[in-house]
Amino acid sequence: MPDFISLIVAKYNYWIYITLMMIGLYAMIAKNNLVKKIVGMNIFQTAIILFYVSIGAKKGATIPIIEHGHGEELHGAASHVVHAVDYINPLPHVLMLTAIVVAVATLGVALALAVKVHDKYKTLEEDEILAQLREK
Amino acid sequence: MSEQYPALLVIVPLISAFLISAAGWVNKRLCFPIAVAALSVTVYSSVGLLMRVLDEGVIIYRLGGWPPPWGIAYYVDHLNGLVLAVVALVALLNLIASQKSVAVEFPEKTGPFYTLYVLMVTGLLGIVVTGDAFNLYVLLEIASLTGYGLIAMGEERAPFATLNYVYMGTIGACFYLLGVGYLYIVTGSLNMVDIARILPALYQSKAVLAAFIICMVGLWLKMALFPLHAWLPNAYTFAPSAASSLIAPLVTKVMVYVMIRLILTVFTPKFAFATFAVKDPIVWLAVIAIVMGAIFALAERNLKKMLTYVIIAEVGYMVGGAWLGNRAAMTGAILHIVNDALMTLCIFLVVGNIVYKIKGYAFEDLKGLFRKMPFTMGAFVIGALSIIGVPPTCGFFSKWYLISGAIQAGHYGFMVALLFSSLVNVILFFRVFEISYYEPFSDHHGHGHHAESMAEAPLTMLLPLLIVAVGLVLVGIYTGDIVNQIIRFAIPKGLS
Repeated sequence: MPDFISLIVAKYNYWIYITLMMIGLYAMIAKNNLVKKIVGMNIFQTAIILFYVSIGAKKGATIPIIEHGHGEELHGAASHVVHAVDYINPLPHVLMLTAIVVAVATLGVALALAVKVHDKYKTLEEDEILAQLREK
Repeated sequence: MSEQYPALLVIVPLISAFLISAAGWVNKRLCFPIAVAALSVTVYSSVGLLMRVLDEGVIIYRLGGWPPPWGIAYYVDHLNGLVLAVVALVALLNLIASQKSVAVEFPEKTGPFYTLYVLMVTGLLGIVVTGDAFNLYVLLEIASLTGYGLIAMGEERAPFATLNYVYMGTIGACFYLLGVGYLYIVTGSLNMVDIARILPALYQSKAVLAAFIICMVGLWLKMALFPLHAWLPNAYTFAPSAASSLIAPLVTKVMVYVMIRLILTVFTPKFAFATFAVKDPIVWLAVIAIVMGAIFALAERNLKKMLTYVIIAEVGYMVGGAWLGNRAAMTGAILHIVNDALMTLCIFLVVGNIVYKIKGYAFEDLKGLFRKMPFTMGAFVIGALSIIGVPPTCGFFSKWYLISGAIQAGHYGFMVALLFSSLVNVILFFRVFEISYYEPFSDHHGHGHHAESMAEAPLTMLLPLLIVAVGLVLVGIYTGDIVNQIIRFAIPKGLS
């Protein structure tokens, strides 16, 4: 049991992202309302974004901006050697800017489709729509 | 100029998409010529690129001059050179063929339609040309989002079918992204060649295994491999005919290409087939996909929906071929990407022509069509024979390679599934021939005497269709050259 707890505590970021992802997946599978499914989809995407953001982090590191990067050239090379350990990895964060844009676009398209579906069937409950489709 | 082909392939349609969108506000008639011009440039550069690859071997193009592990590199070899040419050609032919039906189906929205169309082609070409795993995700989403838009423009059930596609497609793309994240954690790189260089030392790592499985599941969702196929039939059936004849031939095939690229380049066959011992269960999954696709297709009384199930069976062919893990089957899978794109284009263009003239695609609407639209139905016969796999059409040759690969691997279940699916295809298509050849035309008002008159689709729809139909036979005849000059070099030497 202590092993299990330390496994959770040591890798808590992965546990959080997997929990969030499963909440999203559950909503997409189990919910009957189309907008709730869309919200589930967004939680699912956000979980992956958080996963990427968390893998860039390092203990004791700071934001990846080199302090006094300008105007210090005169002090000799040794004073501004950059240690990668001191800075968090910015690349996953930059990737996620793109993924956030994709998530927003997907959300927009999905909500627009939900509006069209509502115009047509006057409901957003999936079982009622399927019942209407079966009647025809 | 020819050094810039890889960039032109993506940039020209991307910029033209915005031009078309702007031109749509000024004058709707400007949209179509701009789209044709843009896609002609992509055809020219993709064919030029394929020729260069045949001459010089692999081409690496650094976007903005940044060296690979940091910058994005476009990486063109024999495999994606071939797929690029096919994607560009199919997109251009379909664009020309569907001009009339676009003008009829949604006259108000031609501007947005062509914008989405060209953007989607951008996404598909980008997926194929890129050598960067994350860049591939972004282009995948460009192709998917525009695809959702195109499909939703269709019949009245289209938005609901599209919404299901959005859910499934998003899960698929997210899984791929997650897999790339795992790969990034273990290798620290996103460049495919660079990952392949770092990975061999890490083959025993559980994270690499997880990355591989998650990427594969995501791609299977996107390509509609059997248990994950539920979104495809409705989405493709209710899409407008101009969009379904773009999406049906290309999207699933491009996803199969990505799967083969991951197996061959990123993870290498050694990992996929030897270290990671699930090759047989995946081939069995493909067998089930082929059989179930065939059975579902038999149950349909509607031409377009029947064809969507045929696509599901065809996806099974390619996944099975790729996972049999020998040279003949891999050749068959790659050849089938080309052939299936052309065959599917051919029959969906036929459906487009039928919808344009008859306004329906249920089996009852097809009565007497051979007399009414002889050229369209002639092309349909060639496309159908190719899907069944009758020589000299191209479908026979890829099936031949797949079957000989199955025998070589000793996987007789896959061989039987291929033969079973061919027999079912015979039933499927001869049933359509029978209805459209023998049963007299009825226009629902009892005016039987109109039956004799010929009412063929306009020439701009007919000509591209006939080019594709002739192309099916030509590709069949030149299969030997395609395999020996192109596909032979696309498969790494380690695979025997």
